[in-house]
Amino acid sequence: MKLHEYQSKQIFGRYGIPVPKGRVAATATEARQIAEELGGRVVVKSQVLVGGRGKAGGIRLAKTAKEAEEVATQILGMEIKGLPVRKVLIDPAANIEQEIYLGITNDRAARRPVFMASAAGGVEIEEVARTHPEKIIKVHIDPLLGLRDYQARDIAIGIDLPKDYWKQFGEICRGLWKVYVECDATLVEINPLVILKEKSLMALDGKMLLDDNALFRHSDLAEMRDVDEEAPAETEARKYGLSFIKLNGNIGCMVNGAGLAMTTMDIVKLFGGEPANFLDIGGGAGADKVAAAMRIILSDKNVKVILFNVFGGITRCDEVAKGILTALDEVKPTIPMVVRLVGTNAEEGRKLLSDAKMITAETLADAARKSVAAVKL
Amino acid sequence: MSILVDKNTRLLVQGITGNEGLFHTQQMLTYGTKVVAGTRPGKGGEWVLDGKVPVFDSCKAAVETTGANASIIFVSASFAPDAIFEAADAGIPFIVCITEGVAVQDMMRVREYLDQKQVRLLGPNCPGLLTPGETKVGIIPGNIAIPGNIGVVSRSGTLTYEVLYALKQAGLGATTCVGIGGDPINGTDFIDCLSMFEDDPHTEKIVMIGEIGGTDEEKAAQFIASKMTKPVVSFIAGQTAPPGKRMGHAGAIIEGGAGTAADKVRALEEAGVKVAKHPEQIPEMLKE
Repeated sequence: MKLHEYQSKQIFGRYGIPVPKGRVAATATEARQIAEELGGRVVVKSQVLVGGRGKAGGIRLAKTAKEAEEVATQILGMEIKGLPVRKVLIDPAANIEQEIYLGITNDRAARRPVFMASAAGGVEIEEVARTHPEKIIKVHIDPLLGLRDYQARDIAIGIDLPKDYWKQFGEICRGLWKVYVECDATLVEINPLVILKEKSLMALDGKMLLDDNALFRHSDLAEMRDVDEEAPAETEARKYGLSFIKLNGNIGCMVNGAGLAMTTMDIVKLFGGEPANFLDIGGGAGADKVAAAMRIILSDKNVKVILFNVFGGITRCDEVAKGILTALDEVKPTIPMVVRLVGTNAEEGRKLLSDAKMITAETLADAARKSVAAVKL
Repeated sequence: MSILVDKNTRLLVQGITGNEGLFHTQQMLTYGTKVVAGTRPGKGGEWVLDGKVPVFDSCKAAVETTGANASIIFVSASFAPDAIFEAADAGIPFIVCITEGVAVQDMMRVREYLDQKQVRLLGPNCPGLLTPGETKVGIIPGNIAIPGNIGVVSRSGTLTYEVLYALKQAGLGATTCVGIGGDPINGTDFIDCLSMFEDDPHTEKIVMIGEIGGTDEEKAAQFIASKMTKPVVSFIAGQTAPPGKRMGHAGAIIEGGAGTAADKVRALEEAGVKVAKHPEQIPEMLKE
């Protein structure tokens, strides 16, 4: 789950990381009021859950409150990478001397959290990693010990931070580490962390990704989820405990198991079709889940065929078939459906479904071929 | 012969009184697995499944009384890390965690601790393992595989079942099938299993099923090229997966351009591994 910049910076602030005193606005009028209260120059920043806001014109400076209102009007009418801007953050403009990058993420290969820092802040870290990997300092943290003070110092030294800032930088590192641990983040990022002309450090931007698997212990954070970033069908699927991702093809896929669901998409493509989605209905595959999954797939008007691919292990294929039949009764889809059941009691399952005028297939390849053909029916 | 588990494995089931725990304990007993104990805090002293398996309050008590030497975990994601720590502290050398949805920071702490204690974990978010004809520790359906000389290792569940079933249809059997799980941080990885299969005298060929996300397949490719003598056939799921999206498994995500199926296929092919276009090709590729 992603948090907005303004949400991330609110959290950073609670952990003692200096952040600008700005506030968020949903209308241009509000934006003007906030700018008036702040006084002086402000930055109007679109709050959307994608990168590259600056390049898209979604971050702009305003010299007066009136100008802030005008700029906010324009930004609030924008779409950035397909996402409508619904909120803007109004921050006081900062006097920047230098921009630094500071972040913590999970290093999967090392199985440890890793601090990353760079004196080349303000640009995307992926870009720095590509062009100047030597400019990124990485320090792995023992997950049982946590961040040690000397490690924060090592990072400061590694990015040539002037000595006068080491103490404050150490406090920011410790604060950021606490945010990462206590919020179960998979990424916390300050980009840029700036040295102000006033000779102190401040987090001008903030980004946080949270571990969905840990949200059970963070109900306060779970409530911050902005569903605007997702396709509505993905939000709907989450309600039913289904794992769904929309793609751009026309063959809807309904599969049990994530690995098999990916494989089903791949094989559709291999045989010349285009998968419309990834969908894992999980184990069991009861009628209610199948019906919900069917409705979600059919909500995509591009879908011309549904391909069911179910491996019956402990859940027998005839049980799955009955689930499908009950769901068909409820949803009554009108497009062709190809079904492949394999594993325990597959024969009985197939028989039940062929009576329901579904196209049955025995192998994966056969199912893919028949689905691609059915698109043209 | 087999790796990790065999007919002498004495299994403890953590969370034995829950629906999943009870159901799969019955399935494992039916398959012939020696399930010697279960745990459920507060239900110590009871028996489950018509008096077949004693229940203990703690792993320590279960191990002391029954000599359990492996454990399998069916408790929910919020309690699973603690269950792993408990089993490790009770002296169990091999722990299988079926539970899906364990928080990744929990797993980093778990893995660090287990490495220090030299305890092996399989999973989490995995189907466990099956040594056909001998024992199963996990939820892989017993009837879909037969004994044979092929070692199978996979990050996926049902996709693995597909492959086992396809092997069986082709008259091919497995020494052991290991599901290492779909999480980004797990206990046992491809290289661990490949190395054990390489050392197992009864395993002649290996099937390795990977998927998008991370770089474990690439690392496995290096290991195969430098250390292995036995042939490996592979399949990688997720050729059509879009970047930045988690494909069901917490670990199946292409991040910052890394972890694509194409990269993995290339690395494996360069290491001399035959990579199937789709899983049904695997049996014939093994016969070649």
